[in-house]
Amino acid sequence: MPEAINHNKTVKKLALVVIAMFGFGFALVPLYDVFCDITGLNGKTNDTAASYNASGIDESRTVTVQFITRNAKGIPWQFSPVINSIDVHPGEIKFVKFYAKNKAQYNIVGQAVPSVSPGLAANYFNKIECFCFTNQPLKAGEEIEMGLQFYVDQDLPSEINTLTLSYTLYDISENAS
Amino acid sequence: MTTNIIEQESHEEHHDDHKMTGIKRWLYTTNHKDIGTLYLWFAFIMFLTGGAFAMIIRAELFQPGLQLIEPDFFNQLTTVHGLIMVFGAIMPAFTGFANWMLPMMVGAPDMALPRMNNWSFWILPFAFAILLSSFFMESGAPNFGWTFYAPLSTTYSNGSTAFFVFAVHIMGISSIMGAINIVVTIMNMRAPGMTYMKMPLFVWTFFITAYLLIAVMPVLAGVVTMLLTDTYFGTNFFNAAGGGDPVMFQHIFWFFGHPEVYIMILPAFGIVSTIIPAFARKRLFGYSSMVYATASIAILSFIVWAHHMFTTGMPLFGELFFMYCTMLIAVPTGVKVFNWVATMWRGSISFETPMLFSIAFVILFTIGGFSGLMLAMTPVDFQYHDTYFVVAHFHYVLVTGSLFSIFAGTYYWLPKWTGHMYHVGLSKWHFWCSLISVNLLFFPMHFLGLAGMPRRIPDYALQFADFNQWVSIGGFAFGLSQFIFLAVIIKCIKGGEKAPAKPWDGADGLEWTVASPAPYHTFTTPPSQEDIDGKYKDDH
Repeated sequence: MPEAINHNKTVKKLALVVIAMFGFGFALVPLYDVFCDITGLNGKTNDTAASYNASGIDESRTVTVQFITRNAKGIPWQFSPVINSIDVHPGEIKFVKFYAKNKAQYNIVGQAVPSVSPGLAANYFNKIECFCFTNQPLKAGEEIEMGLQFYVDQDLPSEINTLTLSYTLYDISENAS
Repeated sequence: MTTNIIEQESHEEHHDDHKMTGIKRWLYTTNHKDIGTLYLWFAFIMFLTGGAFAMIIRAELFQPGLQLIEPDFFNQLTTVHGLIMVFGAIMPAFTGFANWMLPMMVGAPDMALPRMNNWSFWILPFAFAILLSSFFMESGAPNFGWTFYAPLSTTYSNGSTAFFVFAVHIMGISSIMGAINIVVTIMNMRAPGMTYMKMPLFVWTFFITAYLLIAVMPVLAGVVTMLLTDTYFGTNFFNAAGGGDPVMFQHIFWFFGHPEVYIMILPAFGIVSTIIPAFARKRLFGYSSMVYATASIAILSFIVWAHHMFTTGMPLFGELFFMYCTMLIAVPTGVKVFNWVATMWRGSISFETPMLFSIAFVILFTIGGFSGLMLAMTPVDFQYHDTYFVVAHFHYVLVTGSLFSIFAGTYYWLPKWTGHMYHVGLSKWHFWCSLISVNLLFFPMHFLGLAGMPRRIPDYALQFADFNQWVSIGGFAFGLSQFIFLAVIIKCIKGGEKAPAKPWDGADGLEWTVASPAPYHTFTTPPSQEDIDGKYKDDH
């Protein structure tokens, strides 16, 4: 038996694979984001303001956009859309409002996280202005109306007639302070 | 061959003085047979521990309503039961087989890296001590399921996440070291004349399994690290409020998790592929197709992970892609089942206990495979997801699959390990009690799942009461049956009919060319080409 001559070489190679795969696990995080951006997987929408670049309004088509809100565990806010749904033509800019009130006896910083369903429509839903781009500090008992300005892209696949925009509200006071 | 045995025995005497005594022998040992024994005993102790948790779960589920335990403790039991059975029982048992048998099967004197081998075993008890100690803490043990989905394990964790993460890190390091050792041993230590395609299929399956471990255990280490920093250091990998994505956790976890499933079944294929030819007295049908089937299952396992997540709202093309890839795995698996049946076809079969367990494996694993195919279909998976149908499926492949192969392998090599034949009558009792009770335990779960009973729930609707009672009775019977197994093993170690070097006339392989019990040191001189080629040389 040729004693231990090749072992170190083989072990080093395998150890490299181990390290590379550990790195790959972390590389999956940005890869996943890129993948979701391209495919619109998971209904992730843009998290910075989009500029309006549609080539006019397609009046022949009407899309219903529904708004729903929910509170994550442990945030005592009243949080709801002012209107529950709106009909838009692709390319048309609309402005809607959401209402929030801090019902607690202390100050809370909230953060709304949007998601669009069906997921494939997320890439065609453009937010020009959204309260979700920043966090919302509310003093105890304070209430606020928050704006969302958006348009639906004309390239929205024709089989999609209804979009649901869902906001989940989180308490991020700990991280924000 | 006879001269070989005598030679080995003289070596044994020569080396005897190196062996330490008492506890030090086991703590400091670098001998692959000692370490294999340690792994197997450790796995058995963990199997009984995880089994005890399952007994409490089944006692609670004996009747609808909450009788014995709090729901939170129930969740802790299901979580730790899963973790222990996967990482503490099945995987170490297979590593034990690898340690004991691989060097002997490839004609090597020991594993390639004996000191690392000692390490990879001895860190394991610490990992499970950390995990189990969390039961005695104020916060309790992990209660978020063995799949530890974020945010259950981060935002809503009961405080056990750190213990869980460190335990998994240690288990992962242990598995990676063990896997590196297996690969190096097989690549560098094969006896001269043993080409890759002359290796027993057992060696092939462990070779491929070790590669899977090396590829995915680091990903598991990565994902638990992210979990740790999310929970305690304010990162936002999986925290939606901070821009992270909890669904991404599932993607990364199952990227590890699906290959992990094959890590737990491929070695079982290897064991069964060794035993069936021995008792059918025919050479394994389609050896090379078995090798390629194993390799293709391993490769496919990297591109099917999202079939665990059909209900997360994937786009249609994603669902279709993962559905078809998953179904594709049925092809190489079908090749294997076909080959086992073809090996038995027109063989002179005798039904020794290892063969009984192997035949039960082929039939019951196939049932588990079929329910897996049903789960692979996206539309029906929406109904089956997170029900007892899933529980039935993975217990069929892991208990009647992996565990039965471990029983089969233990009976098959027990004469080689101990030098004694096991008590045949008791072993058959073990087989028949296990076979009947395991089906009573898991088969009705299919119906419960189809009727809509959710998994991981301590209480259930009244209409599920009858089936659950049967299942619990099956569970208790299966648990008790394992004490017969313990009795057989202890009896066999203590004494019994003296086993010859090769107790099975149809068996093939280098391990049978050394004496029984296998001397402390084997193959200090490489085996002859004749022994390597084995008895079926002319058939090739």
